[in-house]
Amino acid sequence: MAMKESAFAGTDEEISNPRGLPITGNFAINPADNITGYKSFQAGSFKFHRDEYFCYVTTPTGVHTMPADAFLRALMRDVAWGFFYGTVNFDQVFGTTNYYGEVDMFMGATNEAYTAAGRDFVERFKADKLMDVFKQMVSDWTNEGYDPFAAPMETGVPWGIKNGDNDEAVSRERVTARRMVGLPGDTPVRTDANGYPVNRMFADVVQDQPEVHAEPGFEHEVSAYNLFAYLSRSDVTWNPSVCSVVKDSLFCPTSEEYILPVEHGNDRCEWFIQLTDEITWNVKDGATGRPRAIINMKAGDCCCMPADIRHQGFSAKRSMLLVWENGSPKIPELIRQGLAPDVAVEF
Amino acid sequence: MGQYTTDFGSIHSYKKGGVTAIDDDPKRYVFSNMFEVAAKSAPYERVAVAKNFEYVIESAKAEGESGWYTAAHDEFVIAMDGKVRVDFVKLADPDALVDPESEGAVHIEGKPEGANMGYVVLGRGHMAMLPVGSAYKFSAPETCTILIQSIDGAVTQHKWAQFCQK
Repeated sequence: MAMKESAFAGTDEEISNPRGLPITGNFAINPADNITGYKSFQAGSFKFHRDEYFCYVTTPTGVHTMPADAFLRALMRDVAWGFFYGTVNFDQVFGTTNYYGEVDMFMGATNEAYTAAGRDFVERFKADKLMDVFKQMVSDWTNEGYDPFAAPMETGVPWGIKNGDNDEAVSRERVTARRMVGLPGDTPVRTDANGYPVNRMFADVVQDQPEVHAEPGFEHEVSAYNLFAYLSRSDVTWNPSVCSVVKDSLFCPTSEEYILPVEHGNDRCEWFIQLTDEITWNVKDGATGRPRAIINMKAGDCCCMPADIRHQGFSAKRSMLLVWENGSPKIPELIRQGLAPDVAVEF
Repeated sequence: MGQYTTDFGSIHSYKKGGVTAIDDDPKRYVFSNMFEVAAKSAPYERVAVAKNFEYVIESAKAEGESGWYTAAHDEFVIAMDGKVRVDFVKLADPDALVDPESEGAVHIEGKPEGANMGYVVLGRGHMAMLPVGSAYKFSAPETCTILIQSIDGAVTQHKWAQFCQK
């Protein structure tokens, strides 16, 4: 669930376009509504507006309604993750699929009832153009005191008419260590002093530091830090950050509480290593949304999400999850050619 | 202390979850538990618990002293449930011990030649870098589990059928 670099920075390879869609332009940001105070937005034939409780997506095939809290949490991840790897289903109807440079935005395209009824609708956009609209949408629709990255019990409410903003929260920079957290010149460890107190659910996580005895001249190489303490101080949920890098192998641990705000549809295998506590994953078919499995992960469990499913996690107590990604720029081309495996290991 | 208790798990005490299939084959999820893998393996046997193309995550039982390892790229280790010391030597001639184009860790016979870089002592949840160009060895006064971020190589063991849910 993390990107090594901007996901909408395409590669030199041909961009996959399985639906053969043309690029759509026609973006608009409309003035604030006189009653609610919120702006409305348009990308191609998709129109977006919100009121005190709900967000609405309108296309030529219909109107889809989502609660404002669920929509904003999902929109926040789609923005923060740069459209991510594969599909970000905001719910069972609306979402985006990343083709790394271009993005399909859809209503009902991953819902077999919508597709069977011919009510699905898809348009394709340049990723950076659509991202610009999404960023302005999450900024305008997030009120003062509400943080869509935070667990619901640790933030304000998203409801009501337009009331200020929380741009500091919605424009957080994703943490991406270049080699390892804590190395000189790399991502710093989290402390009270730099604004990262220990989360209430991790008050029992020991905050000690490893003994580091580097001989003179080797201080940049002999290095260690307390990863669990680092994660206990995360101020966001379901937002992995890169903590160590072996070529394209990215350790992206994160703290999880409540519900993963999207159903993430994989386009490649993705590994989860449960570091503490417990998460339950509902797994559905990536193309149709039909249930396929329920996975219960406890501390120490290791599990791979196949490339043809979508998944959504539930964490009753804040937990630490190591999300492990392969950020190789070669993978989109392998996917386009049908050469990327659906399953990581066969035995 | 707050009202919440964090469950870490350990090689001595762990609970496994699992895959409940609705319309799928559980084997596709390659589900295992790193503590079980370590508990049932020989000391410092580096068993892959995750694999993504050439990259792996290895689980190993840390117990006593390991041999020396090196790799032609960085690796990283997390002490999951106990105290582990890692000693480092700056290799005098790394290319003589590992092909610079190779991937994955290799075992070195005896203590390698090179300058002493120092050591780290890791506790539960601590991560250390195993830097390219160095050799390293682990030692643990008590049995515990280490998790290593690396690339599939000469020392990586594949025991998927033994440990993964079927």
